Formats: sequence, C-alpha cells, structure tokens
Amino acid sequence: MALTTFTPKPNFDLLKVEDVSSPGHLACPGCGIMPAYRTALQVLGKNTIIVAPACCFAVVDGPFPYSAAGVPFMHCAFETAAASAAGVRAALEVLGRDDTNVVAWAGDGGTFDIGLQALSASAERNEDMIYVCYDNEAYMNTGIQRSSATPRMAWTTTTPQQAPKIEYKKDLGGIMAAHRIPYFATASLAHPEDMMAKFRKAKELRGFRMIHYFCPCPTGWKTDARYMVKLDRLAVQTKVFPLYEVFGGRRYVLNVASEGLPVSEYLKIQGRFSHLQPEDIKLIQQEVNDNYEELLAKVDHSNRQRSNDT
Amino acid sequence: MEQALREEKALLLSGNQAAAYGAYLSRVQVIAAYPITPQTTIIETLADIMTKADWKHKFINVESEHSAMACCIGASMGGVRAYTATSAQGLALMHELLHWASGARLPIVLVNVNRAMAPGWSIWSDQNDSLSQRDTGWIQLYCESPQEVLDTVIQGFMVAEKVNVPVMVVEDAFILSHTSEVVELPDQAVIDRMLPPRAPAFRLDMEQPAAFGGLLGPEYYQEVRAKLHKAMEEAGRVLVNVDALWQKNFGRSYGIVEPYRCEDADLVLVTSGAISSTSKIVIDQLRRQGRKIGRLKIKLFRPFPFQEIQRLLGDVPKVAIIDRNCSYGHHGIFFQEIKSALYGSKKGDRPKLYGYILGLGGRDVTINTLRQVIDLTSERDEPDPETIWVK
Ligand SMILES: Cc1ncc(C[n+]2csc(CCOP(=O)(O)OP(=O)(O)O)c2C)c(N)n1
Ligand SMILES: [Mg+2]
Repeated sequence: MALTTFTPKPNFDLLKVEDVSSPGHLACPGCGIMPAYRTALQVLGKNTIIVAPACCFAVVDGPFPYSAAGVPFMHCAFETAAASAAGVRAALEVLGRDDTNVVAWAGDGGTFDIGLQALSASAERNEDMIYVCYDNEAYMNTGIQRSSATPRMAWTTTTPQQAPKIEYKKDLGGIMAAHRIPYFATASLAHPEDMMAKFRKAKELRGFRMIHYFCPCPTGWKTDARYMVKLDRLAVQTKVFPLYEVFGGRRYVLNVASEGLPVSEYLKIQGRFSHLQPEDIKLIQQEVNDNYEELLAKVDHSNRQRSNDT
Repeated sequence: MEQALREEKALLLSGNQAAAYGAYLSRVQVIAAYPITPQTTIIETLADIMTKADWKHKFINVESEHSAMACCIGASMGGVRAYTATSAQGLALMHELLHWASGARLPIVLVNVNRAMAPGWSIWSDQNDSLSQRDTGWIQLYCESPQEVLDTVIQGFMVAEKVNVPVMVVEDAFILSHTSEVVELPDQAVIDRMLPPRAPAFRLDMEQPAAFGGLLGPEYYQEVRAKLHKAMEEAGRVLVNVDALWQKNFGRSYGIVEPYRCEDADLVLVTSGAISSTSKIVIDQLRRQGRKIGRLKIKLFRPFPFQEIQRLLGDVPKVAIIDRNCSYGHHGIFFQEIKSALYGSKKGDRPKLYGYILGLGGRDVTINTLRQVIDLTSERDEPDPETIWVK
C-alpha cells in the first residue's frame, strides 16, 4: 500500500484553540518536542505547571532568562521528574490549588532508564500528575547515545554499526499498566486529533496519568527534517508505534488500526537503520508483528471482559 | 520571658523525637522521607504527631532518599515549608539534589543523624556523612543535646527562610538520636510569631509564569553562585540574631560556637556534637587540678565561623582538635578548617594545632579518651606532622 493513499480528514476545529506556548524555542528543525508540547498546552491551558528533567526539552524551552513554555516551568535533576512533580503536587494540595495540572515532561532516557525508579514510585502512589514521555529513542541531548528505548539494530554513537544494539526496546506501556495507573496512552504527531483527545482525557482524570508519544529526532535518526510527521505516521501504519490506551492498567483500547505497511517503509528513510541487511529487517518485522499481536490480544481480552460485565 | 517559660511544656524526648517535634512546631507542610537506621524514629514520630496537626500538610512515603529530596525541592518550589531527615547512605544518595536545593535557593530543613559510611556496614556515629556534603551549599549545624536538636530545627527554618539557603541539622547516632532527656517544648504561639507561615520570595506561580533552573550561561552562572556565597555568609549573622531572640523568649541559647572555661586557657580542646558535653566534665576535672584547659564547641560548620575561631583561639598556645571523621589523605576535617581559619589571621605566634581522629564508626568516646587527648597535647612541645589516631 502506498503512502499517498492516506487521506486525512481535515478537522478545522483543531485550529480554533489558544496557544499557551510561544515561538522562539531552540529545537532543531523537524524535532517533535514542541509540536506536541504546543498541542498539549492548547488542551491543558495556562493553569499548568511543567516539571522537566535534563533532556533536549530542558534546552529547547530556552536558556535563562527566556522560556517558550508560557506556564511555570521547573527544571529538575535528570532522574527526578516524577518525584519532583509529586513534590509540586503536594505543595499545590497544601495550598488548595487542586485544579492545577502538574505535568512532568521527560525524554525516554529520563523515563525508561535513570528516572524509572522515581517514576515507578510515583505511579505506585498514584500521584496526581500527567507524565509525558517524549520518546526519541536515544539520549539525544548528550549526542545520540543508546537508551533502553532504542529499537533493536538502530545505530547510535554507543551502538555503532559494527556492534549494534541487540536488546529489545523496553515495553513502557506494559510497565505502566502493571502499576494499574488510571490512564496510559500512546500518541503520535501524525494524529493530532487523537493526541488532543488523549490530553483532554488525561486532564479530566485524576491520579497518575501517562502519555507516551513518539517523537522524531531528525538529528539523531539521521533523516530529513521534513519527515517529522511522516515518520510518526509510518510508525503507526507499520505497527512500530501503535496508538492505544490502557485504563486502570487492564482495559486496553486500540485507537487507530495499523494498516500493516512493511517496516521497511519506515526504516528506509532513516540513516540510523541504513546498515540493516534484509535478514535484520525480517527480524524487526517479526518483532513488530509479535508486539502488535500481543496488543490485539490484550484489546480482545478487555473487550470480552467488558461484554461479560454487561 | 518568665511568662513564656511558664507556658512551656516538658517531655522526655530522644534526639530523634526532638527532631520530629521541632518540625511539628515549625508547622511543616510537606514531609518526604525514607527510613534508615538511626533516623527511623524521626519519621515514625512525625507520622504519628502530624495526625494531630490542624494545618494542611502532606507526608509522602517516597521510595528513596533521592526522591525524598526531589519531593522537598518540588514542594519548596511550590512555595511551602518542606522537611526531611536521613542518615549516612541516605544523605550520600541525596548528594546531587543537595546541590540542587541550595542552587535553587530553597529553604528546606533536613535533619541528618551522623552515622558512619559503609563498607563495612556501621549504623553507629561518626561525621563523615555530613562533612562529605561540606561544599553542597547547605548551612550545617551540629547539636549536642535533644533540646538543642529541637530548638535548632525551628531556628533552622527561621534562618533558611530569611536567607533562602537550606539547613542541615546534625545529631550523633544513638548518643543523641536514641537517648532521652527532658526537653522543654517552646510555646507554639511564640514560635508562630518568630516563624510565621512561609512567604516565598519566588515560587511556581501561574499568575507570573517563569522558568527556574534552566540553562545558565557563563555570563550569569558565576554571579548567581556568588550570591549563594553571600547568602551563606549572611546566614551566620542571621543565626546569631535568631539565637539571641531564643534567649529572650525561652531563656536559652547556643551560640554559633560555644566556649567553655576558655578565658585564661593555655590549651583548648575543640569539639563538635555530643562529645562537647563529655568534654565539659573533663575540663571541670582538670580545672579542679589547676590545669588551665578550656573547650570550644563548634556548632556552625557552614558558614564556617572564621572570626569567632580567630578571636577565641588566636592567642591560645595549644589547640587540640577532635575529629570524629577523616578526610583520607588530609587530616580530620575540623582540623583542616580551623587551620585555614587561623592561618594569616594575626602577626606573630599562631597557636600550635594538634589533630586527633577518634570515635569512628561509633567507637565510644569517654572521659578517658578525652583526657588522653589532652595529655598527648600537653606532653608535646610541637605537634606531630601526622594526625594521631586515638584508640
Ligand atoms: C545524573 C545525570 N547523568 C547524566 C546526565 C547527562 N544527560 C543529560 S540529558 C541526557 C540524555 C537525555 O536523554 P532523554 O531523556 O532521552 O532526552 P533527550 O535528550 O533524548 O530528549 C543525559 C545522559 C545528567 N544530566 N544527569
Ligand atoms: Mg531521548
């Protein structure tokens, strides 16, 4: 199936929103951080506090004395996004400001790796926050090193082509679901209406909510800035990054059926995969298929549970 | 003053319980803590007594000391009064965030129970844990009794919120943390006047959105840090005032250093923490024998009380410095600090400094240990080039 067959339904309502963030940030061309941030803040509004650890976002927001965030922005140590945000929430609770959105906004390194302990603890305590993980699949801020979110076989500076990453990417959704948090959702820049709906849902719920979005990094992925949205669309269509939600850690909902394009369509426009041999691509395809089937099984299971309930 | 004294209640409290009551009387709003021996009874006591607090507060049972400090930082950025307590490995785990708290100029108060660092595992007293955090930009106050711990926690918030620098209150493992004595509880109404609700100079504020702690270029960083240094220096003066107010309201005070029978002394013993009490008995004994020996307790370690050290020790012929710690490869830490305070302080003769390391890992420091230190100092005309390890 060719990419050109995709016909998005224009939704002009998406444009009738007020921007909270401002232009003038420091992101590289084609970086997915700010488009999603802008979208999120359009939904969350000004009554929001951002807590961000060391990561590209911390730089992108602007150096002192500038900030593009439009809301109070607390920088925190790399591994502390979830714990720092819990502290901010505690202060708001004491001060009677329960209506404020506390949003931790961290990269994959700060989420999958160094921040996982604090994240798990805040999720377990069901701290009242929205935790956003923007997943660009490596430590980009320090110059493209491997993280546990880096996909198998991808090039990074610490997994060179001669010694590629052979380990699986961690299943963040699975980890978070196991914490039985009220809400977990994946999101994509190619589906802004879906992303907005998810931020809206997250805003309406209380307790620990997470949005995990796929965040292209043309600099780190060795690709062209103009592919930002296309990469996110292909990641959904090839099942590399399916769009789904998990409620209460158990009820799985698939939001966009992936069309099952071959992964090669997605891999071939990225320099980080340029060294792959056909057999590598076959392995990746197999992994992607397996993951997707597992997801569908969970969705099926939840559907059956629900029909049993009624 | 009489009036205030009469209103005080007295309770039998260990150092740890005193640390908890100090936080309670300070009306702390967010507590985030993680258990470690010998700190545990602080948070257990707090968990209990905070259920009686009639003000809004939150107790967060975090998964690590690292997150405890991160929560305190977040809460303090949110504009409320935050408190935690830890010891040894826990304090070391917080290290990165100790820098963060002071760099962000947050008036957090932390009680550290001095415990030796592993390996081998030791739960007993020594000072290497807190002294390893010397350069993190925290005010450090070493206490000698449960009463002093309670008072210093409250004083700590008063100082911290005045200068926007965090405060570490330090007490010895077991010797103070688990030993009870009668402690007078200052009247809450008086405390409330001295320590009103926190009015932060800045906070995360939706009406005035700003970014805190972001990228700071070489054109700003140094000036920002110079301000922290200035605030640290100011903290010493503020503490003197707070302590004077304490004297006025409660009839007791501690000083940033406390000289004991130093007037005409030809040998002064320098101590910190609980050893300071033991040393008073030794000084009294030796004074009765006609020996001119005094003692100087150092309470305030950061900012270091240079002027007081120079004034009180500058003309003493011999100074024996006790370190319940070691900077491996470079003497005891109080020894280094006092030496640097006295170097170049005056023309002519400076005191001869004798350094002693003892009591590590909770080894008992008795009257005899201290007499041994004094005898070793009296016997020698010149200090040994090496630090002496006293058994
Ligand atoms: C304790 C600590 N270790 C290492 C670093 C260096 N560091 C800063 S950002 C970063 C990588 C961030 O990666 P990620 O969270 O994926 O965000 P990205 O930069 O990719 O957007 C690293 C390793 C740090 N700031 N703190
Ligand atoms: Mg990353």
